[in-house]
Amino acid sequence: MESTAGDLHIANVTKRFGIFTAVDDLTLTIPQGAFFALLGASGCGKTTTLRMVAGLEEPTAGQVRLGDRDITRLRPYQRPVNTVFQSYALFPHLDVFENVAFGLRRRKVRQVASQVERMLALVQLEGFTKRRPAELSGGQQQRVALARALINHPQVLLLDEPLGALDLKLRRQMQIELKRIQTEVGITFVHVTHDQEEAMTMADTVAVMNAGRIEQLGRPAEIYEYPATAFVANFLGQSNLLAGEAAGLSGGDVLVSAYEQRFAVPAVRARADQGPVFLGVRPEKLALVADGAAVPAGHQSVAGVVTDSSYVGVSTQYLVRTGWGTELAVFAPNSGTAAPLALGARVTAHWDPRHAFILRREPGEGDRTTPVLDEPDAVGAVS
Amino acid sequence: MTLMTGIGAAPAGSARPARKSGRRWLPYLLLLPGTLWLVVFFFGPMLTLGAASLWDPAGSLQTGYAQTLSFGNYVDAVRDAGPQLLRSFWYAAIATLIGVIIGYPLAYAIALKAGRWKYLLLVAVVAPMFTSFLVRTLAWKTILSDNGALVGLLRDIGILGADGRLLATPIAVVLGLTYNFLPFLVLPLYASLERLDRRLLEAAGDLYASPARSFVKITLPLSMPGLVAGTLLFFIPAVGDYINAELLGNPNTYMVGNVIDSAFLVRLDYPHGAALSFALMFLILIIVMVYLFRSGTDEVV
Repeated sequence: MESTAGDLHIANVTKRFGIFTAVDDLTLTIPQGAFFALLGASGCGKTTTLRMVAGLEEPTAGQVRLGDRDITRLRPYQRPVNTVFQSYALFPHLDVFENVAFGLRRRKVRQVASQVERMLALVQLEGFTKRRPAELSGGQQQRVALARALINHPQVLLLDEPLGALDLKLRRQMQIELKRIQTEVGITFVHVTHDQEEAMTMADTVAVMNAGRIEQLGRPAEIYEYPATAFVANFLGQSNLLAGEAAGLSGGDVLVSAYEQRFAVPAVRARADQGPVFLGVRPEKLALVADGAAVPAGHQSVAGVVTDSSYVGVSTQYLVRTGWGTELAVFAPNSGTAAPLALGARVTAHWDPRHAFILRREPGEGDRTTPVLDEPDAVGAVS
Repeated sequence: MTLMTGIGAAPAGSARPARKSGRRWLPYLLLLPGTLWLVVFFFGPMLTLGAASLWDPAGSLQTGYAQTLSFGNYVDAVRDAGPQLLRSFWYAAIATLIGVIIGYPLAYAIALKAGRWKYLLLVAVVAPMFTSFLVRTLAWKTILSDNGALVGLLRDIGILGADGRLLATPIAVVLGLTYNFLPFLVLPLYASLERLDRRLLEAAGDLYASPARSFVKITLPLSMPGLVAGTLLFFIPAVGDYINAELLGNPNTYMVGNVIDSAFLVRLDYPHGAALSFALMFLILIIVMVYLFRSGTDEVV
């Protein structure tokens, strides 16, 4: 792997609080200049990881390095790393100017005023210098927090759920803004979030964390299209996971039998070719046709009954109950080419095998067709 | 039916303002006991005392006093009690300074570092107030006495001379003041430090402030309201105190409170006693105003 002077290395880092292991032997390299997202449910260890990079927590074991420099035991104020806190943590007794200038003043940098002006222009807060944080809206406070961290030109900027307190519209706007600023300043951003859409919109690399470990790391599209585990398949978007048994390779395909039907998935999209597996298909990759109608050549299918439909504008989301009782989610685009399906209609759900994927499954685990957020190890049985 | 409801609602609508006007008196009614208390036990005595401060000083309790608007009483009283007045402010100022040196770290430790010992320590700060002020000061008399262990120790290690003493010295008076008023400084300070958002300290550390800089730039400014309130609650009663000077000091350590005390109870010179009381009040008021302006009025809540 190519190594740059500014890469952030997290090597075999473990953090325990009493008997609770928050971060479990984590190893990760974040290349310089990347927009990296740590994605996971609350309590998965993502914020603890961030705080160890910032120096606000000390790892129980392992090493944090910036380039070749070991920063594991450095105090926060000795690290070339700045943080945008979830609560913003703006200093209430200082005005916007002094908040943003805080880091520069501590390092006795000259020409504070011009730098602060430039930074406030970057986050579009010119003319707010004399305001106190309490006189700003949530979005403005967020941007002050960002300016206060960025002005120090850290090697790594850490963002701890920075958009969590904003309403949806403002959040979308700030997502685009953050991405623009990151491209402009070229600093490594490490962004912690539980919002998969936020992670996918902004980051060029996403690490999905669960129970103190990384479940999968890659580009957003990679992770979404070919998840590595059942947790990822359901945390990042939604997946229909059917429990089955893989029966080995045949040509370039892995054969799976589930509920007395046989399916095939290209071997390049299979995490296992033997033993208990999940056959996964994303809801938008499924299409519905009326029972008995022709299924496109090469597609595989499951028959069922429409039990629920909700119209959400761009698509209609159906639930289709299969013969063995599992409900599959199907997102049908509202492109105007197909008539809506009535509840109780007998249908066939079909998909292109190249869109399916195979995941390892614990023996005894059942179908999982709904996102399971907080208990990734629980069996997501569906009625 | 909609129409019926509409008609039926009309009287209810007009009844509502009537009920509201009946409630208008409720806040005043609730304020009445406090107002009465203030009028009878604060404004009344203040007026009497103010009037007494202008009585003819030639009168006496036996012959009665004539109201002659003798503003000269103030000049006489302040001139005669000049040394004690100066001493009062001097002792109270030193005691406040020592109080801050002891009290700030104490309040800081209780608010930020004590963990599960927090409430026990708070009780310990307040516990001395469960006994009377007088008893506590008398206890100090024993602690500081010439035959006590403390004086013995200080003599042994040479801080005090062979016949050096603590009791009946200015040191004893200042120590007594510091001890007696310390809780009034620690409690408001604790309250404002306890409210301090620790994430601000994390943010300051993240922005290159060492712990010492974080304290100066974040903790201290944000605890100013508590510090100002605490020093005032300490300083004001300390200036007017006379118990500590009486029990732990000697006639050369008497403060203005002792002079007022003797004017009313020993010399029976009511006009000068009253004038001195008022003069003290005005002086304290001026000092407090200057202090509040200097420390930034918007910080004091």
